[in-house]
Amino acid sequence: MKENFKTLTSTVVPLPIENIDTDQIIPARFLKATTREGFGDNLFRDWRYENGTQPKADFVLNDSTYSGKILAAGKNFGCGSSREHAAWAIYDAGFRVVVSSFFADIFKGNALNNSLLSVQVSDAFLARLFELVEADPQSEVVVDLENQKITLPDGTSESFEINAYKKACLINGYDDIAYLLSLQGDIVAFENKN
Amino acid sequence: MQTLFDKIWDSHVVKRREGFPDVLYIDRHYIHEVTSPQAFNGLRKRGIGVFRTDQTTATADHNVPTKDQHLPIREALSRHQVETLRKNCAEFGVELYDLLHPYQGIVHIIGPELGLTLPGMTMVCGDSHTSTHGAFGSIAFGIGTSEVEQVLATQCVLQYKPRRMRINVNGQLGKGVLSKDIILYIISKISASGGNGYFVEYAGDAIRGLSMEARMTICNMSIEMGARGGLIAPDQTTFDYVKGRRFAPQGEDFEKVVAYWQTLKTDEGAVFDKEYDFDADDIGPMITYGTNPGMGIKVTERIPTLEELKDISEHASFTKSLEYMGLKPGGQLLGQKVDYVFIGSCTNARIEDLRLVADFVKGKRKASGVEVWIIPGSKQVEKQAQEEGLDQVFEEAGFELRGPGCSACLGMNEDKVPAGKYCISTSNRNFEGRQGPGARTFLASPLSAAAAAVTGRVEDIREYI
Ligand code: SF4
Repeated sequence: MKENFKTLTSTVVPLPIENIDTDQIIPARFLKATTREGFGDNLFRDWRYENGTQPKADFVLNDSTYSGKILAAGKNFGCGSSREHAAWAIYDAGFRVVVSSFFADIFKGNALNNSLLSVQVSDAFLARLFELVEADPQSEVVVDLENQKITLPDGTSESFEINAYKKACLINGYDDIAYLLSLQGDIVAFENKN
Repeated sequence: MQTLFDKIWDSHVVKRREGFPDVLYIDRHYIHEVTSPQAFNGLRKRGIGVFRTDQTTATADHNVPTKDQHLPIREALSRHQVETLRKNCAEFGVELYDLLHPYQGIVHIIGPELGLTLPGMTMVCGDSHTSTHGAFGSIAFGIGTSEVEQVLATQCVLQYKPRRMRINVNGQLGKGVLSKDIILYIISKISASGGNGYFVEYAGDAIRGLSMEARMTICNMSIEMGARGGLIAPDQTTFDYVKGRRFAPQGEDFEKVVAYWQTLKTDEGAVFDKEYDFDADDIGPMITYGTNPGMGIKVTERIPTLEELKDISEHASFTKSLEYMGLKPGGQLLGQKVDYVFIGSCTNARIEDLRLVADFVKGKRKASGVEVWIIPGSKQVEKQAQEEGLDQVFEEAGFELRGPGCSACLGMNEDKVPAGKYCISTSNRNFEGRQGPGARTFLASPLSAAAAAVTGRVEDIREYI
């Protein structure tokens, strides 16, 4: 079972780059593992390390000024290959929410199936978010899943969309199987009736 | 007024909520060695068992060798997968029809022949050709490994309901035209993606006139037009086929259930989201020339030219496909040399298919230089072929009758077609590399394959019968 959350208040890791594709998120050479864990170390591997091993000081994940459970990225996040590993890597690295002004469809689905919430906001709202976080890296953003609302440190907020089923899963900490297991009473009743 | 698909689907919904996928109850779950190991791992991690072991049936088919099945599997990865399946089935209490078991075979062949597949059921398997079982008037579709885990854990799967399509085929089929030709014809007309998002009901008198085994061939390839699955309303042909099978209801129970099965049909006036009509008289023996199953023509027709393609965006993939196949736009397949003949797979490896082939080749011999593999769909088909003396006929013709399994349909075991060689195949997919790296596949009916085996060339079967 995954963690559940109704509201998440966290500082933000800003990545104001557009069109980040899944090959950048998790390069293809890291896809051979047979489990879903351990991908976090290789998240943005080629942006994070020089020659594969030397941390690049100027990359945001290596910069201790920024931390948190929310990743904010430029428009069209998660385009490219459909690999689910991209969502696993972001989740495994400790993020629970990604904010962008547009998500590639398949990435959005993969993320939700792995308890990673994608919050799509307007371009202007995203620009404001980057501004505020850069001005004060300690400032916090509030993601209120129950009311589908995201609020910036300056109090401005925007609402966002999410599929009702996936919303229920995230709030209750269910994944698909946990959700089905929670219905076992209904399932047995169905069997008895037929 | 409801379609048959709606009736079966809706009666299996445990829970339906706005914005949520349906919780669909599954009557029967088939599993095999390739798509189940991670699902069993998932159960282990959660510390739970298989919810309904008596509704779960396993077999080893995708990876198994078709020669010397009594020896340990030589290929390490295949051996590991089959051994893992054994271990998982033993640990979780699932019935396994393992190699050499009298019921072992391709999962979509053994379900129907054992009477496990019945009208009105919902069935799933981690394999796209699960659509085969729809021939009994049931909802059957392939699922992914995470969904296999859902079904093992709860006997339910989360699904959004597909749209409904009906394909009517009316009229008289010509001689030498088989159900394989019907489905290749339909796919060539509506394309390899024409069924995306739909569940198909096949109807019309040409479909009604088919045997159960021929109907299975049609439903099997629903996935090749992109549909989730296909089904055919059950009728007397269905009931006669099911009667007396190993796990089917027997005696009085059977009579009772038939009364219910007779109600399984689409109501007059029920509306489909999409409907197609085809004329059986227009269907001839079919063959594919390209690398998706929609690239099919009547064997007497020419391969299209670039100018004849309706969709300009297809030019690049069409050219690439023909290059892979070593064929020319506008060229002819009749008379084209073949190197391999594969008669097998869940599409066409049932006893009727083998009988048709044996009937045709009796007293003939295969052309020199052609390799012919006959891979029965199951142990039971193999046994029946031996009892009927078909094995003798094949031997005299120079054909090799091997043990059951998926074999060269997907080339996961050792049965691979070498690069650049042409194989006329009764299977369902002609993708690049499907039958082995560089292998070139022509999909066709068992009769067309048999004719090619005898002359070493693509033939119009109608000239030989
Ligand atoms: S025979 Fe081919 S299509 Fe059928 S289940 Fe086996 S691999 Fe899949």
